Amino acid sequence: MYRYDEFDAAFVRDRVAQFSAQVQRRLAGALTEDEFKPLRLQNGVYLQLHAYMLRIAIPYGTLSARQLRQLALIGERFDRSYGHFTTRQNLQFNWIQLKDVPEILSLLADVEMHAIQTSGNCIRNVTADQFAGVAADEIEDPRPVAELIRQWSTAHPEFSFLPRKFKIAVTGAAEDRAAVAVHDIGLRIVRHPETGETGYAVLVGGGLGRTPMVGKWVRDFLPKPHLLAYLEALMRVYNAEGRRDNKYKARVKILVHEIGIEAFRARVEAEFAQLDPQRIQADAAEVARIERYFAPPAYQVLPDNPPAFLRARAANPEFDRWVAQNGFPHKVPGYQAVTLSLKGIGEAPGDISSAGMRLVADLAERHSQGEIRVTHAQNLVLPDVRQDELFDLWQALAAGGLATANAGLITDIIACPGLDYCALATARSIPIAQALATRFAAPARQQEIGPLAIKISGCINACGHHHVGHIGILGLEKRGEESYQITLGGDAGNASTIGEILGPGLGADEVPDAIERLVAVYLAHRQPGELFVDSVRRLGIQPFKTAFNAEIRHDAA
Amino acid sequence: MSSAKLPPLPAILIANDLLTGDTVFFSGHGWTRHPGEALLAESEAASLRLEAAGQEAMRRNLVVDAYLVDVVLSEGGIPVPRHFRERFRLLGPTIRPDLGKQAEFPGLAAQAGRTR
Repeated sequence: MYRYDEFDAAFVRDRVAQFSAQVQRRLAGALTEDEFKPLRLQNGVYLQLHAYMLRIAIPYGTLSARQLRQLALIGERFDRSYGHFTTRQNLQFNWIQLKDVPEILSLLADVEMHAIQTSGNCIRNVTADQFAGVAADEIEDPRPVAELIRQWSTAHPEFSFLPRKFKIAVTGAAEDRAAVAVHDIGLRIVRHPETGETGYAVLVGGGLGRTPMVGKWVRDFLPKPHLLAYLEALMRVYNAEGRRDNKYKARVKILVHEIGIEAFRARVEAEFAQLDPQRIQADAAEVARIERYFAPPAYQVLPDNPPAFLRARAANPEFDRWVAQNGFPHKVPGYQAVTLSLKGIGEAPGDISSAGMRLVADLAERHSQGEIRVTHAQNLVLPDVRQDELFDLWQALAAGGLATANAGLITDIIACPGLDYCALATARSIPIAQALATRFAAPARQQEIGPLAIKISGCINACGHHHVGHIGILGLEKRGEESYQITLGGDAGNASTIGEILGPGLGADEVPDAIERLVAVYLAHRQPGELFVDSVRRLGIQPFKTAFNAEIRHDAA
Repeated sequence: MSSAKLPPLPAILIANDLLTGDTVFFSGHGWTRHPGEALLAESEAASLRLEAAGQEAMRRNLVVDAYLVDVVLSEGGIPVPRHFRERFRLLGPTIRPDLGKQAEFPGLAAQAGRTR
């Protein structure tokens, strides 16, 4: 993975020193809260319901064992011995004290981490496919370009005060696992149909929040050396024309929607034509330096499915189920990527204890080249595990409660922190996730239902990606009570789709039964091998709507 | 600066401690972490006094985001906010009874008559 050079290290240290001085000035009364708030947000510090929250950047979701251990230490020393992984592949600590933030940032800098640009109206942490570099369906590893964009966008003087926040996601695979179409910019690494050269297809104007939109193609093929100049042109158009009069209409998706993709594209191309890509693009030597950090590790020549691995699967049904469900095909024979579910039944999605972090760090060193990935679905991945070591890994994970075999299933629920922590939330998310996971806990039942993504947000800002859940749940307030609006048919993958609202809001206690009714329609009408979301597409929303509304109490309407 | 609209009575003054971020309540002679020690305003004049105390404490950089919250006094003597958001703030995350004030002050949740 990428290692800081002297400039990166000095930049992060300087920033720690700068923000530490700002914290001291705040505590001494030299800065008011109004003056301090934008400064703390630029450094990832929020004020939530019970304490300050610190959001730590995990660029494109890649962590080393050493970094994860440091997060465990910070959790123990300054928080409540746990952390929360987010849908932006970041980590949040929920119980931080402001006076401790300088020391925490210094500890993060020790392991090449920071909280810069995890908030504010700037280009945020770049996210990527969690299986980058190892996926069998990958055209090219997206991490080098994600790192290049990270460096280009960090403290970019022109783009530090945008109309609103700006999120970029990258994938290099055939299947979109990074939800690129619901980002301000989505990049897909593609092959030119004639030359075979790799470049980028560029989507713009996707996003969730109160106005969900699927991104539109602004360029089908962008040659690699043009990337930063093209991004610069696009950001300039947004920076100049994005609305600043209304924060709810300030994202680039609104600009694209209001002027239309053709006009937006024309403006970007006109700006791009005035730029000199060679001047803006990083030096070839720098690009090569970044790429070297992501060179594949020295894989051994191994057979696929070695006999001991197959014997262990045959002898241990639970291990077999875990491999089948949480395993992911690796491009190198004899290896596998595996998802470590942070969705144990009844637990808070994305939460992991400091002890759990240390266990994962140790196991990553023992079995996966010391590297861990964070997924936007709030799970962890060990990307490089030898198949003949999977059984040992599984046993160690199971002992630590981290071997739940539910990746992609109905209990692998995305949920934002919601009103248990978040000051912006209008309702709780986590208890809904817990109730649903408990309802559908039986492994055979989950297997029978198959892949089904439930995504829960505790407010309209949609951190829980509810719009693109196969089943989405949005927590709102209605007449002084928590009320949950259910959507159906969303999809975060290649067929990116915004879900449709099924009916009136439900009380929290009604949600599990309502989801049962939706699942029952699917089970009754699915064709052999048809996934839930595909059944919804084929059948349309109506049969689900009918079942959904059949038993709703009218007092909840 | 007084707000245009005061919440219904009775009310308490709630804020976050600047240094720790912890939820704190105005007791009449300072800020307390225990909601049972919060000063209850039962008249408009008392609400205005609480509001002024909040403005003063923010000006002196003791607390952040101070505002009045309407409450009901529980049988256990705890001023329990009428709105669920503020109830969660009072006690801690509903999903982690081992954390927050509900864990720190034994008996608080029962005194507040917690209903999830």
